[in-house]
Amino acid sequence: MLSRYIAWNRFGLGRRFDEAATDDPKAWVTRQLGDYDPAPAALAGLAGRTAIAAAYAEYREDRQAMRREANAVAAMSDDETTMPEDVRRMSRAGFRRHYAEAAGARLAAAVATTAPFPERLVHFWTNHFAVSADKQAVIGFAGNYENEAIRPHIMGKFSDLLVAAVHHPAMLLYLDQAQSIGPDSPFATRVRNRGNRQAPGLNENLAREIMELHTLGVRAGYTQTDVTSFAKALTGLTVAGLGRGAGQRAMPADAQPGETLFAEQLHQPGAQTILGSRYDQPGERQAEAVLRDLAVHPATARHIATKLARHFTGDEPPAALIDRLASDFEKTGGDLPSLYRTLVASPEPWAAGPAMFKSPWDWTISMLRALRTPALGERQNISAMFVQLGQPVWRPGSPKGYDDMVATWAGSAALMQRVELASRIAGRIGDRADARQLAPLILADALTAETAQAIARADSPGQGLAMLFASPAFLRR
Amino acid sequence: MNFSRRSIILSGITVAAAGTLPGLAYAAAGTPKRLVFVIQRGAADGLAIVAPTGDPAFADARRAMADETAGGDRLDAMFTLHPAMATIANLYTGKQAHFAHAVATGYRDRSHFDGQNMLEGGGSRPYGRDDGWVGRLLTLLPAAERDAIAIAPAVPLALRGSVQVGTYAPSRLPQADADLIVRLTALYQNDPLLHPLWDSAIRTQELAGDIGGNNGRNGAELGRLAASLMLPADGARIMMVETGGWDTHSGQRGRLAAQLRGLDQLIGALQTGLGAAWNDTLVIVATEFGRTVEVNGTGGTDHGTASTAMLLGGGLNEGGKVSADWPGLGSAARYEGRDLKPTRGLESVIAGAVAHHYALDPAYLMKRLYPDI
Repeated sequence: MLSRYIAWNRFGLGRRFDEAATDDPKAWVTRQLGDYDPAPAALAGLAGRTAIAAAYAEYREDRQAMRREANAVAAMSDDETTMPEDVRRMSRAGFRRHYAEAAGARLAAAVATTAPFPERLVHFWTNHFAVSADKQAVIGFAGNYENEAIRPHIMGKFSDLLVAAVHHPAMLLYLDQAQSIGPDSPFATRVRNRGNRQAPGLNENLAREIMELHTLGVRAGYTQTDVTSFAKALTGLTVAGLGRGAGQRAMPADAQPGETLFAEQLHQPGAQTILGSRYDQPGERQAEAVLRDLAVHPATARHIATKLARHFTGDEPPAALIDRLASDFEKTGGDLPSLYRTLVASPEPWAAGPAMFKSPWDWTISMLRALRTPALGERQNISAMFVQLGQPVWRPGSPKGYDDMVATWAGSAALMQRVELASRIAGRIGDRADARQLAPLILADALTAETAQAIARADSPGQGLAMLFASPAFLRR
Repeated sequence: MNFSRRSIILSGITVAAAGTLPGLAYAAAGTPKRLVFVIQRGAADGLAIVAPTGDPAFADARRAMADETAGGDRLDAMFTLHPAMATIANLYTGKQAHFAHAVATGYRDRSHFDGQNMLEGGGSRPYGRDDGWVGRLLTLLPAAERDAIAIAPAVPLALRGSVQVGTYAPSRLPQADADLIVRLTALYQNDPLLHPLWDSAIRTQELAGDIGGNNGRNGAELGRLAASLMLPADGARIMMVETGGWDTHSGQRGRLAAQLRGLDQLIGALQTGLGAAWNDTLVIVATEFGRTVEVNGTGGTDHGTASTAMLLGGGLNEGGKVSADWPGLGSAARYEGRDLKPTRGLESVIAGAVAHHYALDPAYLMKRLYPDI
């Protein structure tokens, strides 16, 4: 029989305490592809883009008002540290609250789900198309990005997922697209004609990262000219009301702040040639045509196949698996469910033994899923907890996302952090969970005699539980 | 350990109609009594804490560890107190300490989980009750003496019941206790990834989580905290303090000495912190079961049966005494040939001390605290 441990942990997010046993781990995983709910109940009630945008706009207005009132030195500074700490906190509270609520809902959804494989894929794709909440404009939008750009598209074509990710305000703000302006756009031309030497222009950030990180992969043969041309094709795509720079004046009057829109006034006119193909579509269809071509490029197929294979086999994914996934991707034009099915049907991810080190996120979720009693207090600060564990939610710090390697997460201080959290959670649970019974249920075929014995010899129920959560098999997947 | 201020979290169910008893007078009404239950999780070795050095079989059974209590106070012709407990030795001299030896709950297997469940729940079998003996005691006390709190992240079983109980935990994330760290070191021993990571983690970690750590100063901190929660006029009257790290399967000599030093400082800080209120305080120190009479192959002892409980405070019935119906340590006298045989129920020791403390009828209190026994 295939490993239930692998089904529950490598494909899933850890066995839930109330999860039925399964005789057919592969069928258990595959069935979830049909059970996927893109809008789980835990996420209902989160603020929409308009409210998030309003909170951010309010913060910026407050800050400007305070700057005006502050002294000349502070007014010159672009640094918000010139504000009193309490004022800063207060004015930021609005959009930070959206972040905290969304992070808490994300956790709740992951703990509650009966389809943990697709939920893991949501986390995988959000990290692939990473935005990072260390940019202020992104903080409030990060959860909305995952819920509205990623979740609805992980069971469709890769191209649709790519287009949705690139068009979300979080991505446009994060990678500076919102302020990129075609050098020969009507808007830039007007500014130049007024004699303004500093005409607004291109920002290549999004174009480059789409090619390097989201689709083709680094050093996949594209040139600087390709990047520049792609950046020109992307111009016009922006966020109403929140972007910086002169371009905001070119927005239509009825633009809803926080919504993505295409402003023809900012778009670089004319055809673009990218990777040898000529794109002469009008307006926003030009960039979308480029995106859809990039999405099915053979280099993209290989790039995605490699990342997916690594996530489900380990640091050095087997070449045979990468080839199989890449070929499936090319054959189906990037059909994601087909890719997932090929992955589950392949022997490599089922190879014996816990191979990967759980990320702090995976590890925490699997603890919470194992326990019937809620392990965290209602006032637990979820964001702070993951900062402490070394994986802030939606804040990987770079557009590359978190690395997916053992060494990324297996550090000595990080290990001690986990032991301490396990210890604290076990202290809260005390004798309301019996690790001796829990261990065979959740570790299944990966429970070693050493771990079982260590748990049985623990000096209290809480210590037994902490040892289960800190055990080698539980730390891995 | 750095205990920062944090509001006390009240949990549990609301106060039920007080089960007070007509006809039972409180001797010390107006001078509030205080009760502290210190649980020693992990099975503390009563034979090393209050060592029966006068038993002819002791030295042979304990072999190289027979001198574990060398330098400790002789309590009487039979027993020697472990030398790490200077404060408690002074209390004994001042008739403020009593040791009940060869005692055990009704539990006769050797699982910590089950044993602690019996010690706290006070039932006749593991998991037989979902309330605890302290929780039941609370229903018998007048409202003014019923404020109970546990220094723990959640309400321990002993305090659970129909009366609302508080918990207090340091706001700082508590560091994993030294005993857990030792156990994980063993568990990671053959893991090529975790072994080196863990080694490096514990080298950089300053251990401060358990009472024995930091040369006993952690115990003193805990005692000071407990006193500060109990001293105010509106403070707690009943307190439960958790201690771990008593499961000395190996290297017992050093580990137990550190544990006892921590416990001794905990008691010392509690006494100092409570000041005059110490005279109206009863401290009960008890563990789920004892450890084997014989020393094992790794300088430690394994799970056993009977152990020692301590009663400390200013108003004891029989301070300055070791009470024991001593069964002897010869192999024929042992429980199942290996453990100190229990000759008295720990439950009745606890009920007796609590009855004296609150001037309640012992037989009556036994029935109310331990209705299944």
